[in-house]
Amino acid sequence: MTNKQEGWERWAAILAVTPSVLAIAVFVYGFIGWTVFVSFTKWVTARPDYTFVGLANYQRILLGGGIDSQRFYIDIRNLIGFTVLFLICNIVLGFGLALLVDSRLRGEHFFQSVYLMPYAVSAIVTGVVWRWLFTPGTQQLGATGVNKLFESIGLGFIHPRWWTDPTVWYIHPDTMLGGFLNDLHLGFFTTANWGLPVATFSILIATTWLLSGNVMVLYLAGIRAIPTELREAAIVDGATQWQVVRHIYIPILTPVTLTVVFILLNVAIRLYDLTVAMTGKGPGFSTDTLAFNMFETTFRSGRFAHGAVLAVVMLIFVSAIVIPYLRYNLRLEETDR
Amino acid sequence: MSMTLRTTSIDSASHVTRNNRGINWGRLLLYMIAVIFAAAYLLPIFLLVLTGLKSQGEVSLYDMWALPRNLSLQSFVDAWKGSPIAAGLGPNFINSFLVVVPATLISSLMGAINGYVFSKWKFRGADLIFALMLFGMFIPYQSILIPLVRTLNFMGLYGSLTGLVFVHIVYGLPFCTLIFRNYYASLPDEMIEAAKIDGAHFFNIFTHIMLPLSGPAFVLTMIGQFSNIWNDFLFAVVVTNSPASQPITVALNNLAGSFSVEWNVQFAGALIAALPTLLVFIFLGRFFARGLVAGSIKG
Repeated sequence: MTNKQEGWERWAAILAVTPSVLAIAVFVYGFIGWTVFVSFTKWVTARPDYTFVGLANYQRILLGGGIDSQRFYIDIRNLIGFTVLFLICNIVLGFGLALLVDSRLRGEHFFQSVYLMPYAVSAIVTGVVWRWLFTPGTQQLGATGVNKLFESIGLGFIHPRWWTDPTVWYIHPDTMLGGFLNDLHLGFFTTANWGLPVATFSILIATTWLLSGNVMVLYLAGIRAIPTELREAAIVDGATQWQVVRHIYIPILTPVTLTVVFILLNVAIRLYDLTVAMTGKGPGFSTDTLAFNMFETTFRSGRFAHGAVLAVVMLIFVSAIVIPYLRYNLRLEETDR
Repeated sequence: MSMTLRTTSIDSASHVTRNNRGINWGRLLLYMIAVIFAAAYLLPIFLLVLTGLKSQGEVSLYDMWALPRNLSLQSFVDAWKGSPIAAGLGPNFINSFLVVVPATLISSLMGAINGYVFSKWKFRGADLIFALMLFGMFIPYQSILIPLVRTLNFMGLYGSLTGLVFVHIVYGLPFCTLIFRNYYASLPDEMIEAAKIDGAHFFNIFTHIMLPLSGPAFVLTMIGQFSNIWNDFLFAVVVTNSPASQPITVALNNLAGSFSVEWNVQFAGALIAALPTLLVFIFLGRFFARGLVAGSIKG
């Protein structure tokens, strides 16, 4: 083969990926740049206004103290509370279900399919169903949804108000921990500004229903890749089932856990469809998210520059986890070769 | 020492007895847990079907869990065809197909070409470009929505199904490229070298050697893209502006948000909206799981 031909073919290869690379360059990177630019402008009506205003929009939303920044910090509060519970629930449940499916049950394929099935359902459908499941009913007319189910199996004393409950749980300043935080001049943490809205639990259960099967599949793939000799050797040496899980599975599965945490964080930050269909922003913004806020601010109120600030904040959060993850994964791949 | 030995032997002996004669309580417990979780996971779907099959007169929030006395498909008819109060989901269901099919096919094919180059024809900087492309898979789409709407408007695609197809192709490229790149990387380079010696060129090798072997990767991208696009809400709600051009997720959300629509019709609509991806899952579930692993573990 001649050199000339080689060169021609190399150009053919570059030409073949050019449409995609250009599309990504414009529609991802160009658009991100454009959004960042919008966040520095005066564009707060339907008509675009690219007058540069510096950091004014960021100041309004991050430091302003007005309704916009109040809502922003409520979103951050909701994000933190949701994320912590979401990670714990999905990792524990996903890993637990993976161990269960891996324990050579008869019909393991059936169980695996059932646990993964919600993943095939859209977040909108999930939101519609769970909104009705978590509609608590009234004292006068009786319970509905899961509360009704509790009632019929004799657990009627459990009747949470689910997503209709605007209560926020927080560390009360009168408690010992609250007093301690106050002494440390951290009184800020003993207000409803930092806490867990009760309505979060409804969103949490619905998202966990939707995604825990996904987590299970990832763990299951990891567990199946562990050589059986390793396990058998440990059992022969007298290790209990629990010790095998604790000292062999969990350490070996660290890369899977990293992937899972990465995916779940990404979902938590982008949370949108499900809350739209289920609760919207919820009573007292109790289920509001950055994404929901961004959509309303931008496309309902037409305050594009303010929406752009929220979008940029979301992008920064996501980048903070995606960039290290991609670097870690792509480097891992290099060492594979 | 002898003590330990004895306990061990007793343990294994009792294990054998348990397996042969009595009930193995540990196993039974595992089965019970598995069944309870399966029931809990199926509960919402069960409720969807249950409610959908009830006749209008029987539907009451307070008897949500009661079995239907008279089977009726009226809620499905109302959800699909519409009623005097609300438009039906039928046209939106078709819209979703009109978006999903071309977007899935085109993005898969483009992903195949990209994956071929990024695995077998690496030029200088190819790995970096691939990494930059992958980043596009993870961005919160909120960060591109404002320019996207402006640009689609400018291109005359805003509000149209064509616009939505275009959007799903572009933002589906990273995922499809990733799947094909990883798949092609697992095929031996020698195959290509041999073909080159035989005088095959860049495109011949792709169409005659790579594509015929690409079945497994196509299955993953097609299933992945099909369910992603079918279930998408964000792009759909931003890009389409009239009920006539809305995909089913948006229409279902509108139906569910309307206070005048009975919840049993909402449930029937939800089941209709979920059906295509559920069917794909039921018949191709193992590829579903495989695609999840392939799409997330290796960057």
